[in-house]
Amino acid sequence: MQARAGAQRDEADSDACEIVVTGLGCVSPLGTSAEATWAAIVAGRCGITALPDEFDARLSVRIAGRVTGELNPGTVEHKELRRLDRAILLALCAAREALEDAQLAGAVGHAVDRDRIGVAIGSGIGGIHTIIQNDRVYMERGPSRVSPFFIPMTLANMAAGIVAIHHGLRGPNLCHVTACASGAHAIGESMRLLRAGAADAMVVGATEAAVVDLVIAGFANMQALSKRNDAPERASRPFDLDRDGFVLSEGAAVLVLERADHARARGVKVRAKLLGYGASSDAAHMVAPDASSGGALRCMRAALADAGLAPTDVDYVNAHATSTPAGDAVEAQALREAFGAHTDRLAVSSTKGATGHLLGAAGALEALLSVRTLETGMLPPTLNLDRPDPSFSLDHVANKARSARARVVLSNSFGFGGVNAALIFGSAD
Amino acid sequence: MNAGLAKRVEAIIVEQLGVTPEEVVPEASFIDDLGADSLDIVELVMAMEEEFDIEIPDEHADRLQTIGSAVEYLKERLEA
Repeated sequence: MQARAGAQRDEADSDACEIVVTGLGCVSPLGTSAEATWAAIVAGRCGITALPDEFDARLSVRIAGRVTGELNPGTVEHKELRRLDRAILLALCAAREALEDAQLAGAVGHAVDRDRIGVAIGSGIGGIHTIIQNDRVYMERGPSRVSPFFIPMTLANMAAGIVAIHHGLRGPNLCHVTACASGAHAIGESMRLLRAGAADAMVVGATEAAVVDLVIAGFANMQALSKRNDAPERASRPFDLDRDGFVLSEGAAVLVLERADHARARGVKVRAKLLGYGASSDAAHMVAPDASSGGALRCMRAALADAGLAPTDVDYVNAHATSTPAGDAVEAQALREAFGAHTDRLAVSSTKGATGHLLGAAGALEALLSVRTLETGMLPPTLNLDRPDPSFSLDHVANKARSARARVVLSNSFGFGGVNAALIFGSAD
Repeated sequence: MNAGLAKRVEAIIVEQLGVTPEEVVPEASFIDDLGADSLDIVELVMAMEEEFDIEIPDEHADRLQTIGSAVEYLKERLEA
């Protein structure tokens, strides 16, 4: 790694400003824990399945990635559980696991100042299950039957609020709503809060539970979704010549970010370092990626500059690539521009081949997978990459995980609204 | 009739407030003893309206402080 020019901080200072990852948790179409999800990805399993019968038979798209395992949100009273929007429930599960991993759950362990621990859990769409349920109640039975919990359970920031309530986390409480970059923004912006000294630790990530008829119809009518209904496991195929759209998925992922001095004082295991973050806007089109790839390029360059790294320092990219014809092409082009000749030696994969697209939660899940990549020396594969699009010249990790020591990993997230974010993680040692 | 009514009210309270049937005693206050907040009460009243197919006007809601008073109120309404 190259040191940033002129950044001659003293040891204590750099320790305070260094941000580390001390906890991981997720629920995904591949499993209901970080370990289950990672193991499935490395094994090359796919979490996409056919929709069950309760979905509308008229939908043109009949596949999705759903969370089907047993959920463990921690101790939640029956009456609360009954009311939680699914997006909040999934976030509670991921946060519980991440906080346990970081030894910050409940009353366990260390004397930490919980006024100095914040939460930033984003969501692209928020409590859409609750909106639809209550709209149905309204139409069928009138306004007097709309739940008094409709408003709170619908709010996108209620996941962060309820995680704070359950775990007594009284620091900054935020929710980044930036479509498919929500999770990456939550992580990156929280890193800045930690560097600025606004908190000692942040519970960060995103949640999404939007696998519902209405949302499927909306994305389908944008021509954004794969129509490979007869072969769900083959539908999400980033960078493949035969890609025909993304697959809608649900899930949540949460990381515990912490100032390195705080983590050290607690004696907790550091899983990885968060080295850099860059954000940009295409300022070009509401939903189509900027064909010049300028926005994607600028956020990667900003993240490298923030980390004080050169392009050649990066060993692996967990791409945003969702399996859409246009999006994957723009990202491939941006990677080539950002990394130049180093692109030939830069391993790239998109884990969305296995997970589908978790929308707002995608960047959070991929950040989690990036940490596992650094910890394990295994690069996760792009599934269904049978015929790599010849117009991209990338070092694909196709179909099978690759054993390779990665010390620096970059993860991209791009979203509707022209939003772009890149995160750079480094190995703990 | 009264026992049947009480049973139905008990079932609603157990479901809505997540309490055990043993806690559902006539003198129990929804807020002080069963941990309900103002939104819980709104939801509870809505559930009773559904179950007994009546409208409970807002100004009657303060008669629904305890399980006993709620059962009394419903009895009156259903016999009227």
